[in-house]
Amino acid sequence: MDRFVVSAESVLAFAPHIVFRFDEVRQRWIILAPERLMLPDEQAVEILQLVDGKTGVSTIVDSLAARYDQAPRDLIAKDVTAMLQDLADKGCLAGADD
Amino acid sequence: MPTIDPPLALLAELTHRCPLACPYCSNPVNLERAAGELSENDWRRVLAQAAALGVLQVHFSGGEPMARRDLSTLIGVANGLGLYSNLITSGTLGGAREIEAFAAAGLKHVQLSFQDFYADNGDRIAGLSGAHARKTRFAETVRAAGLPLTLNMVVHRQNLDGVPQMIEMALELGARRIEIAHVQYYAWAFANRAALLPTRRQLERATQAVEAARARLKGVLTIDYVVPDYHGVRPKSCMSGWGRQFLNITPSGTAVPCHAAETLPGLAFPSVRTSSLSDIWYSSDAFNRFRGTDWMAEPCRSCERREIDWGGCRCQAFLLTGDAGRTDPVCTLSPDHAVVEAAVQEAESAPPEFIYRRYGFLPSKAGEVSAKRTDGS
Repeated sequence: MDRFVVSAESVLAFAPHIVFRFDEVRQRWIILAPERLMLPDEQAVEILQLVDGKTGVSTIVDSLAARYDQAPRDLIAKDVTAMLQDLADKGCLAGADD
Repeated sequence: MPTIDPPLALLAELTHRCPLACPYCSNPVNLERAAGELSENDWRRVLAQAAALGVLQVHFSGGEPMARRDLSTLIGVANGLGLYSNLITSGTLGGAREIEAFAAAGLKHVQLSFQDFYADNGDRIAGLSGAHARKTRFAETVRAAGLPLTLNMVVHRQNLDGVPQMIEMALELGARRIEIAHVQYYAWAFANRAALLPTRRQLERATQAVEAARARLKGVLTIDYVVPDYHGVRPKSCMSGWGRQFLNITPSGTAVPCHAAETLPGLAFPSVRTSSLSDIWYSSDAFNRFRGTDWMAEPCRSCERREIDWGGCRCQAFLLTGDAGRTDPVCTLSPDHAVVEAAVQEAESAPPEFIYRRYGFLPSKAGEVSAKRTDGS
């Protein structure tokens, strides 16, 4: 197996065993992974809600850029790619056709 | 009183029955027999209360949890409650039929133990011939069922030099994650400490191997590495603090903040047979006893790390000094630190024979030898 490298063309999905859900007790979004809990911040939650196994990374960046028109698209693209790469490295996200 | 957050994880020790006899087992030396175990209905109630309390993950463990015939049912119950379920297994009971049933019931992940990367030493440490081969087949079955696999390697002086090969084995078996965790010295492992504690030189080599592999395998294999606290400078943040994130239910239903807490004298741990999990977590004396920092003595009380390592481990403090309220002696600031230095020194001599984990066999003197202080108090 090789490392999955996230690019503008990538189409990502949550790995089958990863749970991304809202926790009613703590009133916040959480990611559940093998023996691990992640607490994504508001920005990360917004990005992850767009990860659906169909939408490409560049389209995700476009929708965020439209929402935050004061931030340069390049900067958004860089942040989004870095965050998605980190979660892919942790085995939480995979290519949608994998 | 400190604020009490809801627990994140529940360790469900379904049974102490296990085909293996590992001399570092974290189960108590006084093992529970099948007749004393909670029933399926008890566990259903505990899981429902856990989910309501805010528990997010449940680890089905033991002993060997697959010794319980209702495991698949309990996984289904946990899944239906939104609990993320992990199976912590030796992989020596059952195979494809069980794994497929677990996957269908909603199991999310399997953590499989190996005692070494090759059968001869692995089987010797496990005290069971043929164990390694069974585990290898089990790993293949887990992957065939599409479940993610973590290899759990408990390391010590008698297998530590094989860390690079253990990492290769994890890749060959299709694991995405490997835990390389040094033995922690409680219960059976404490009785076998002189046979298990590595030398400093061994430890340094293993740590270098882990660091090199981490860089090489980024995004391919996650390596969780737990160093032996005896060789450290500051104590581990045991369970991330007493009663902060975690609770453990023993096979007979006692609720404890960690595996070893039942060894502490003067604490009455509540049972899930008679108390609700919510009462246990928020209101029981035992769970409140070492919460926060108010219980601490010096040098912890004024230490800037008091809310980082939470005074280290209460069970280790008791085991090594006879007083659970003292600073964990692995800390170099502890007045009792010489007992740990002596143990590390002892690791330079030849190891004694293993005392294997068995029913009805109590390693003698394990507690007595240790339960003295070095400052004469």
